[in-house]
Amino acid sequence: MNAKVIVVTSGKGGVGKTTTTANIGAALAKLGEKVAVIDVDVGLRNLDVVMGLESRVVFDLVDVLEGKCRMSQALIRDKRVENLYLLPASQTRDKDALDPEVFRGVVRDLVEQEGFTRILIDSPAGIESGFRTAAAPAEGALVVVNPEVSSVRDADRIIGLLEAQQVNEIRLVINRLRPKMVASGNMLSEADILDILGVKPIGIIPEDEGIIVSTNVGEPAVLGKTKAGEAFMATARRLKGEDVPYPKFEEDRGFLAALRRLFGGA
Amino acid sequence: MKRGRSKETLKDRLELVLAYDRAQIPPGKVDALRNDLLEVVRRYFPAGNSSVEIEQRGDMVVLMANIPLDEPPATGGRTR
Repeated sequence: MNAKVIVVTSGKGGVGKTTTTANIGAALAKLGEKVAVIDVDVGLRNLDVVMGLESRVVFDLVDVLEGKCRMSQALIRDKRVENLYLLPASQTRDKDALDPEVFRGVVRDLVEQEGFTRILIDSPAGIESGFRTAAAPAEGALVVVNPEVSSVRDADRIIGLLEAQQVNEIRLVINRLRPKMVASGNMLSEADILDILGVKPIGIIPEDEGIIVSTNVGEPAVLGKTKAGEAFMATARRLKGEDVPYPKFEEDRGFLAALRRLFGGA
Repeated sequence: MKRGRSKETLKDRLELVLAYDRAQIPPGKVDALRNDLLEVVRRYFPAGNSSVEIEQRGDMVVLMANIPLDEPPATGGRTR
């Protein structure tokens, strides 16, 4: 993706926006970029706990926007990955504390003054002011979608709103895909979702219990060894322009699966 | 980090983060407060193993300062 400033959004809550932001941010930093991840969910801060950086929060995004501290005081450097920084949301304020124009200026400074090569903005759920503020400085978007009815519908709505806001480079991250259910025809495949939404995926992340464990301990999955972590890493490589093939997730090596393969089934 | 008991880690992290949320103070600020407090205390006592923590006590969130007075103050005050 050419976009340096990318909003991670979905419309629907609970589909994995924050996990996606944390992992793709950490993956891009591992790949050599200078990355800032920004939590815009004012009042419901969570990117800090997902990344395991909660104990180091002193100042937050609203403090920066109101000029109560310098940017360098609010940015938390992740000690596990070089060139990865978190700008946390305020937990005690509400969404009205964020002015889209001021936010746009702060993000511009991060790129032009502080030399960040990529900014990932974790949007709040919904389509109201919080989302619009998050999308205001964005040149591109990652729309996180789960292969189920309400998530796909909300993603379509969000894609329309992003286009209306002149966010032009839009890609899907299909999250929590269950390969077995796709194989048996009981879950939408990536091709189905592309058909329906008309937006290209850039990542397909399988459902993985490893994500729960890595979130429990506050360590992004791309820093460990899990299937989802590998899929997020591959997504980051594609985002940087590498041609990374999608792995076949169907690793159903059981007897029935072998038979199915033998007889040319799914 | 021990594998297999990650929920224990999560529980500890959640208890701490919720205490700070309820107290409406960011954890990093308590770190700064702790350092400032200890600096002031050390001006009067050679306090060694001091700790300042946020704790949940029933409905209340309290700032707990544990300052063992290893040695009596140099001048004035009572001696143990």
